[in-house]
Amino acid sequence: MAKYHFKLYIVGQTLRSQNAIANIQYICRHQLDGDYNLAIIDILEQPQIAEENKILATPTLVKEQPPPMRRVIGDLSESKKVLIGLGLKPKQVQASTHHNSHQTETDGEENGGIEHE
Amino acid sequence: MSEAIIKMAKLETGITGFDLVAKGGLPKGRTTLVTGTAGSGKTVFASQFLAEGIRKAGEAGVFVTFEETPKDIRKNVASLGWDIEGWEAEDQWTFVDASPQTQAETVVVGAYDLGALLARLEHAVHRTNAKRVAMDSLGAIFSRFDDDAKIRMELLRISAALKEMGVTSVMTAERNREYGNITRYGIEEFVADNVIILRNVLDNEKRRRTVEILKFRGTDHQKGEYPFTILPEDGFIVVPLSAIQLKQKSSNVRVTSGNEVLDKMCGGGFFRDSVILVSGATGTGKTLLVTQFIAGGAQNGERSLLFAFEESREQLFRNAQGWGVDFQKWEKEGKLKVVCEYPEVRGLEDQLLKMKEIIQEFKPNRVAVDSLSALERVATIRGFREFVISLTSFIKHGEVMGLFTNTTPTLVGGTSVTEAHISTLTDSIILLRYVEMYGEMQRGLTVLKMRGSQHDKDIRSFSIDGNGMHIGKPFRNVAGILAGQPTQVTPDEISRLSGMFQEPRSM
Repeated sequence: MAKYHFKLYIVGQTLRSQNAIANIQYICRHQLDGDYNLAIIDILEQPQIAEENKILATPTLVKEQPPPMRRVIGDLSESKKVLIGLGLKPKQVQASTHHNSHQTETDGEENGGIEHE
Repeated sequence: MSEAIIKMAKLETGITGFDLVAKGGLPKGRTTLVTGTAGSGKTVFASQFLAEGIRKAGEAGVFVTFEETPKDIRKNVASLGWDIEGWEAEDQWTFVDASPQTQAETVVVGAYDLGALLARLEHAVHRTNAKRVAMDSLGAIFSRFDDDAKIRMELLRISAALKEMGVTSVMTAERNREYGNITRYGIEEFVADNVIILRNVLDNEKRRRTVEILKFRGTDHQKGEYPFTILPEDGFIVVPLSAIQLKQKSSNVRVTSGNEVLDKMCGGGFFRDSVILVSGATGTGKTLLVTQFIAGGAQNGERSLLFAFEESREQLFRNAQGWGVDFQKWEKEGKLKVVCEYPEVRGLEDQLLKMKEIIQEFKPNRVAVDSLSALERVATIRGFREFVISLTSFIKHGEVMGLFTNTTPTLVGGTSVTEAHISTLTDSIILLRYVEMYGEMQRGLTVLKMRGSQHDKDIRSFSIDGNGMHIGKPFRNVAGILAGQPTQVTPDEISRLSGMFQEPRSM
């Protein structure tokens, strides 16, 4: 079983939805060692799940495992803020030594969005 | 203009009195913003809008709650006698819960919208084929997201989607002050063509609730503030005062006032559907007049209803006994009902509704209120005037005869606020006055006004004994009784004055 469980709520396949999906996948791969499980829920198709979880804004990312449960709203365009919002530590040290190129890429992403995927 | 009015259909809300003020109801298929300060009744209005749709029109509704949890709302409206849970089970009432979630902290990173909320709302409307939507209260959502402009845009989008779905909706929003900006976040400019303001104003230490329709785009409505109340069993009730039409029939049938001489002074008795005001200082005999009024009715087989706000039941019955009138017997025979209460028991709007209810139930021929001025204590001036208008028109509408008493503040002469407000509303006015003559207090009575009839213009002296009221001769040789400064006039003066108006014989 994966260490991290996420649910991402979107409404339709809009550009914003696609950005959010790409961003969380990027974060998971580079910051969480790819040890994750991501369920994407389109509210247009499964409104009942959104109702049960009382989702208001989209996109909404919910971290279900490990506890505590956390929510981040938006297209997740800033990795560092997303990780902080999820209560996770950004891989600062590792990134600067072993994944230097990624760190710069992440910086670029913060300014310009999600061109990296 | 008239064309536009025909085109814009209205949806009857079913909220008592409101549809009269709104001239048919809320604009159909549109969004109406209901705004008010905290505690002004917004949530009750919004939930009653749905409840009446279910109960009266068989229309399903969706309730989007931003502030309270569905659990709280179910509990809060249980006192209004609505079974929301039962309605939910039948898909008549659906909650979309957008209340704050305590367990999950939320951080915003990047662009977002309220697409999830809209999708949930649309799903709920389509699933239950809802015709009505209530959203309560928008202020709460602004405090949860930091970007006000964004939320306004999203609300506009939701409002447009609601229009698209063809549902009639009510959105509520907070405002800071009773008279000032319409809403806190300027929602009205974006969201709604129709705005209703609920007020809960503290005026002279008295609470006064009013509803005002500020605008209905493209359609007509009554203007100004209308009082409303929220009652445990019935919920939101608007008291549409000025909206009441003057269409009561008038009767030419005369009935006795309970006093033969007074009947004569009035030109043969009171009209069967008239409203009479009896005004006088304390102890001038107002309650006696009321007692005789009831006795006169009972002797003709009529039913009377007495609202007493100054004296207890025991006192009233004992006094009546003292004048040879047996209230107890009539009450047993069902000819009389006496309702005694302190005016402070409830607010005036509630009082009015309670009185109407009792009148409708008992179906009396005569209604007496002793005294009307006691009710003045619990209301603002405007509220009191509206109360009197409403009660008067209700009584006349049912073709019931009404007798109101009014206590003047000073012993001799004088008028009161009550009089100034209601004298034009009543058909007849009888004044009872103290007259001081030769160091002795006497009582005087005059019929000041008798709509649609001749009447005796004299001021007559009267006395009270164990058999009731005895009206005697007119005061002669006295002037200034009504002004409160009676002065003796010599006979010479009288003949000189009347001489001035005689036509000279020689001409």
